[in-house]
Parts: sequence; C-alpha cells; structure tokens
Amino acid sequence: MEWAKDNIRANAIAPGLILTPLAKTVSDFHRWNPYVTGTSVLGLKYKDGIILAADMGGSYGSTLRYKSVERLKPIGKHTILGASGEISDFQEILRYLDELIIYDLMWDDGNSLGPKEVHSYLNRVMYNRRNKFNPLWNSLVVGGVKNGQKYLGMVGMIGTHYEDNHVATGFGNHLARPIMRAEWHEDMSFEDAVKLLEKCLLVLLYRDRSAINKFQIAKITKDGVTISEPYALKTFWGFSAFQNPSKGAEGSW
Amino acid sequence: MSTFSMDHDPSAPHSMGTTIIGVTYNGGVVLGADSRTSTGMYVANRASDKITQLTDNVYVCRSGSAADSQIVSDYVRYFLNQHTIQLGQPATVKVAANLVRLLSYQNKNMLQTGLIVGGWDKYEGGQIYSVPLGGTILRQPFTIGGSGSSYLYGFFDQAWKEGMSKDEAEKLVVKAVSLAIARDGASGGVIRTVIINAEGVTRNFYSGESLPLWHEEIEPRNSLLDILSSSSPEPMSM
Repeated sequence: MEWAKDNIRANAIAPGLILTPLAKTVSDFHRWNPYVTGTSVLGLKYKDGIILAADMGGSYGSTLRYKSVERLKPIGKHTILGASGEISDFQEILRYLDELIIYDLMWDDGNSLGPKEVHSYLNRVMYNRRNKFNPLWNSLVVGGVKNGQKYLGMVGMIGTHYEDNHVATGFGNHLARPIMRAEWHEDMSFEDAVKLLEKCLLVLLYRDRSAINKFQIAKITKDGVTISEPYALKTFWGFSAFQNPSKGAEGSW
Repeated sequence: MSTFSMDHDPSAPHSMGTTIIGVTYNGGVVLGADSRTSTGMYVANRASDKITQLTDNVYVCRSGSAADSQIVSDYVRYFLNQHTIQLGQPATVKVAANLVRLLSYQNKNMLQTGLIVGGWDKYEGGQIYSVPLGGTILRQPFTIGGSGSSYLYGFFDQAWKEGMSKDEAEKLVVKAVSLAIARDGASGGVIRTVIINAEGVTRNFYSGESLPLWHEEIEPRNSLLDILSSSSPEPMSM
C-alpha cells in the first residue's frame, strides 16, 4: 500500500481534501493559501438593471494593508464583475476576460458577450482549476443587462454557481442576505437599492473584521456601466450602553 | 467562503486581537484601548470595555483571550480587595502588578493574555507595568500591547517624550490607538481612555467621527445619494 503514504503527506498539506492514490500534484498545493484578500461583494437587481457594492480593502492576513483596491470592474459593454478573495487571482481573471472580450470584438459581427456568457465562462474556469487542485481563490459576482434582460449570478472558488435577485460573497452571505431577503422587492428604484446596499454595508463594517470604511457602488443598465467614486459611510456609536459597559459589573466586557 | 488563516509557527507567541496602551505623564498615567472583541473574523462586541478596574487607583488593560484576561483580573481584584482591608490603606500599583504577574506566570501553560497594569499611589506616583505572555513583569514609562501594537512601535519611537502633560499624554494615546485601528483588522470601534492621578480617575470615550482621518481614509457621509444629488448631473464616471 505504497500509495497510502501519498495520502497522508498530502493530507498534512491540505487537510480536508480527499485525495485519490493517483494524485501527483503536490506542487499545486502551494496555492491553497490566499495572501491579499478582499472581503464581501453585494449585488442586487433593481428596476433599471443591476447594482453591486464592495469596499476597497485588500487585507494581508489581519493587516488592513491596501485601502484603494477596486474590486468592481466592467467587462465589455454589458457586464460588471465583483470579486472577493485573493486579489492577484482576480487580476488574472480580468486578464482572461480581457482576452475573451477582445477576441469577441474581433469577430466584428455586431454581437457582444453578455452577463450570462461571462458567468458561464467564469464558472468553467473556476471549476476546471478546482479539478486540478489549483483554485483561483475568489468568489465572484457577475451582473449585467443585455437586450433588456437583467442577470445577476455568483461563482465560487470551487465552481459553485447560481443566479438570483440578490447575491453576496463571504460575510455578506451571513450578514447582508437576511436583510436583502426581508427588504428586496421587484423593480426597486435606484435610490431604494442604494439605501438597501448601504444598510448592508454598514452592518458589514461593524461586524466584519476585514471590512474598511471606503466603498464603491457600481450600476449597470441598458445605457452602460457607471462606477462611483470611493466614499465612506457615517457610523453610529451613540448608544448609551456603549458609554460605560462595565459599570456595576467590573471586569465584564 | 471561509478564509484560511496565514500559516504560522505554532510555538511562536501569536498576536492577540486588540490595541492597548499605557503611558505615564508628569502626574499620573493614561491607559487606552480599542473596543473590538472578535470570534474569528466576526466582531462579537464592537463596544467592549477592555480597561478594567482592580482597585480605586489601579486599572488594567486586557488583551488576548477575553476569558483568560477576565478571570485573571477577577482574581486579582478579589485578592487586592482582601489585601486593602488587611493593609488598612490603598494597595500600591506594584503589588497589583505583581499579583497579575504571579497568576500569569504560574499558569503560563494555560493562559493567553497580555496585560498592562497602570495606576497611581502616594509612594511612587503614576506607574505602568507591562505583563506580557509568560508572566514577565517590566516597569516602563510607557508600553503598548495587543496585535495592533505592531503598527505603533515606530510611531512611539518617534512621538514619545518624557514629562508630558495630562492632555498631551491623552492626545498621544488616542492618536496611537486610532492609527492602530486604521491598520489592524483585529482592532476597531471606539477608543476608551482612563486617566489616573492623585485627584482620582477619569473615563473618556472617543468614537468614529471625532477621530482624525489617516492616509487613504475619507470623510464619511450619510449616503452615496447625498453625493449624487449635490453635484453635477453626471457625477459617476467609469
């Protein structure tokens, strides 16, 4: 049972992954550790199209190292992409998509890739990398409008993918989606959509350690893509209970 | 998506969430701390109080495991209470700090907490004692602790000076904690300070908007909608 040793060694490097005896890709495991990461991305469908939101932080472990990282990017004419996870892998994905869009343009046939195509392509890329035990360490939000049809989807680092009226990555799944489920409705105005996203962004700012107070909101409609200038939100600390929490109970938190 | 933490050598002392500071000035001490308590990447309490009372004149800044630091401070408060009764006068800062040390040292295998003891007594005036992991005790004119302190060594090397006034010392502490919060994900929330001197104890609270903005930080607003409505028709651009 020579192969059993391979299993044990590989499990030491990548606990939780089940290996077949034929796996020889030990060198591929060097990429299972992310270094510079972005946190949650949020996405909603609204009346005129799709709206995405993300903060501009690039964390290096627990250090908030980079504070002007653009995690929302336009892809072609009809799509916007938001990414959480390893920033270098996101930059690589942007390069792949750039190539895809350019080759599509070169056909010069009047057709252009829409959000569904981009989502499908990214799904294939992510899943195939996962099968080679060398994932792109990202969770992606793809949104867009083509021929009047709105589309919003998500692709994870292992190839999990779905589409929905509201999506989120990372901590956003736990903190933002419950709020979205309660308050999202069909045909929201731009103002209402922004207010809902900002409500979610604020909760994430309070409760996600890797969130920073600097955001961008991107919208896409039939008229094109617009990504906002970076901005910050006001936070509230004025609860009376925050003033002196351990009064009468010294040593409590 | 769950994030894997950075792999590190398990035998090295690992940094703790929090930024805590203790500083002496020409009449007493100023203790400062952030207010973030986290479980993993989730902020369990965004307005914690990490500066805990041991006696009327001695406080301790807690970092590391919340449970361990609380239990140590509870025991020390209990022992100091008895000691004060038996002694017939307020306990000295040195005694308080050494009690903290004894518990940290004798239980070093089990505890994971770094503490800063600060206070004022009539014999030595304002004193700061650092009691890091392992139970070392060191009296210092100022000291910093917690994971956020990594970002402050250079700052204090440059900004610290002997013989500051009470206001200068407090401003320094608030500025430092604010800088650490800007870069350490494990620190955040509000800044609490406790000033201890011959006159007594003063607690202060500094929150979000009253703190200065640092590099790459921007002025907060109520909403993006305010920005859009106040400027020209096409403010958003690709």
